[in-house]
Amino acid sequence: MSHINYAAKEINCKVVYYGPGLCGKTTNLQYIYNKTNGDTKGKLISLSTETDRTLFFDFLPLSVGEVGGYKTRFHLYTVPGQVFYDASRKLILRSVDGVVFVADSQLERMEANLESLENLKTNLADQGYDLGKLPFVIQYNKRDLPNAVPVEELSAALNPGKVPEFQAVAPTGVGVFDTLKAAAKLVLTELRKSR
Amino acid sequence: MATQLVIYEEEAGRIQDVCNRLAADASARMVFLVDKAGQLLATAGQVQGLDTTSLGSLTAGNVVTMGGIAQLIGEPEFPNQYHEGANESLYMSVVGARVVLGLIFANKTSLGLVRLRARKAADELAKIFEQMDSKAARGGPGALAEITDEDIDNLFNE
Repeated sequence: MSHINYAAKEINCKVVYYGPGLCGKTTNLQYIYNKTNGDTKGKLISLSTETDRTLFFDFLPLSVGEVGGYKTRFHLYTVPGQVFYDASRKLILRSVDGVVFVADSQLERMEANLESLENLKTNLADQGYDLGKLPFVIQYNKRDLPNAVPVEELSAALNPGKVPEFQAVAPTGVGVFDTLKAAAKLVLTELRKSR
Repeated sequence: MATQLVIYEEEAGRIQDVCNRLAADASARMVFLVDKAGQLLATAGQVQGLDTTSLGSLTAGNVVTMGGIAQLIGEPEFPNQYHEGANESLYMSVVGARVVLGLIFANKTSLGLVRLRARKAADELAKIFEQMDSKAARGGPGALAEITDEDIDNLFNE
């Protein structure tokens, strides 16, 4: 649920990074956090296990500047990717304004990608959302690995709707900001339509 | 699907008044209001030194989690929550199903007083949010319609 505060001249939106376990959702947020000026970002909160697997969510508030005189802020969340945290994933999708699906390009994670994408559709539907109508972008992460599936194949399997898609290597930042910018633009465009 | 929350100047002032009054009446160190997506709407009292953005996000996370647990046991929601610390405690109350009112107070303050004042404030806030929703549904000032593609493109310019 976006929130527009005419009194404070602020727009706040929520974007969720979704994807299978270990696909690099948290790494995306960590890169954004490390590369953003101190005054435009808040604290990166990670609710994770002792082995750094996301337990509930990671959260990063990010100011992206002014649009039409309104201070615009995105709240970025990740979900826990592991299958058994489904209840938590469902909760984090509440009030979402846009979704980034982070796919793991490795051949052996193809099934996990498909399963996670199906899970995203189901969980969104449970909250009354239709993925086809929500601002949505896909990132093919881990492009540097030798066992990465060609992008055309990933796209054919995961992106039949032809939403914006990006190749990424999250630890070095390749494609990270391109993905975020595309998602942010879609969210704001959607918001403008609804007002 | 959750609808957009739109806050206009007039209602923002009234919400702030309710929060200020609640902080004083309940002897709370701080009062805050967040929407269920975790975005902070208002604060009152001693906010200095507190990371209120994180407070908002974690409060919302907590409330939706407890809501999930409530549904598992057949309750629609746990509308009120109380967390007791060694020195300070936190009381949270769901207002009108879409925002959360939180109070941080020293343990010398009576929980009964906090509950009583919070309930009264929650009723007032629920009415304000209802009015705000109907105002937004009527259209209100649609400033965002004037935002151009170029404005959006210019965001993130490093």
